Amino acid sequence: MSTPRRYADPYLAGVCLGLVLLAAFVFAGRGLGASGAFASSAAGIVAAASPARAAANPYFARYLGGDGPWREWLLFEIAGVIVGGFLSALFAGRLRAAVERGPNISGRSRLAYAFGGGSVMGIGAVLARGCTSGLALTGGALLSAGAWLFMIAAFAGAYVFAPFVKRAWR
Amino acid sequence: MNPFVIAGVIGIAFGWTLERAGLGSAPKLAGQFYFTDLTVFKVMFSAIVTAMLGAFWLSRIGILDLSQVYIPETFLLPQLAGGLLFGVGFVVAGLCPGTSCVAAATGRGDGAMVMLGMFAGVLATGLAFAPLRNLYESTARGALTLPELLRVPAGIVVCAIVAMALIAFQFAERLEKRA
Repeated sequence: MSTPRRYADPYLAGVCLGLVLLAAFVFAGRGLGASGAFASSAAGIVAAASPARAAANPYFARYLGGDGPWREWLLFEIAGVIVGGFLSALFAGRLRAAVERGPNISGRSRLAYAFGGGSVMGIGAVLARGCTSGLALTGGALLSAGAWLFMIAAFAGAYVFAPFVKRAWR
Repeated sequence: MNPFVIAGVIGIAFGWTLERAGLGSAPKLAGQFYFTDLTVFKVMFSAIVTAMLGAFWLSRIGILDLSQVYIPETFLLPQLAGGLLFGVGFVVAGLCPGTSCVAAATGRGDGAMVMLGMFAGVLATGLAFAPLRNLYESTARGALTLPELLRVPAGIVVCAIVAMALIAFQFAERLEKRA
């Protein structure tokens, strides 16, 4: 495979991302998201394992109404994200099986950090009712007060904690 | 049109754009928090400014009815606490939930592990929800917006955010040059 192409200009990519978000407002009446797809599939798995337990759980129960947890809008959107990310990397020569990490951390440690960090994000996203996509990006553009609070808190949390995990990245 | 088809098409464009910007690569995202690569900030804020201006003007000229768009609701304490935790998880993981899907889709094992961790975190928090419920439902403010909170017209808030973003982009460029 040839050498990977350079990444797009961040401002241009940002404007494109903003237009995608705007299209979601116009054509779907809602914004983008990611953590909701994880919540919905978690609700679906709990419901499959124990329908009574899922129905009695106030967090999972609301994903079980309507058409059920597997017909959630965000699941189809995230399936699209996976396809779109794959196609973009394919055409740019950036598909590569690898564990990306800083220069001073082993692959195994990096995977442990990835799992641990992901879990903590999961707790935060449940509490906040969203993540960088569904809350910060979408709510930010719609001037939601809670979205801006979340965004500021998330950047603050990351900057304050960054020195403690410097070994993982620098 | 079928809403799931729309969801899929929008998702493809979303994933494509994140990958093009380089946001499927964890060390690049992590650079944000060491002031060496501010791509996360630049992409995020140019996207917010674009969609915000688009929504503002499309609603002004009557193409978009903002009352039909779901505005994320505000819960002050859980969003403050959840945001802080989320940020800590973000700098440890190097990817956020959406970008972890892009990383995994392009072959990155760390992306798949972030997805798995994210799923485990949501599942565990959901299963242990009872003691968290008070916090989760506290300080509810409904679909509160910044113009309502600050009691100023939406146009003023929009202008202020654009101005802040433009100033912050200048800072970002200087910081990167120094790094």
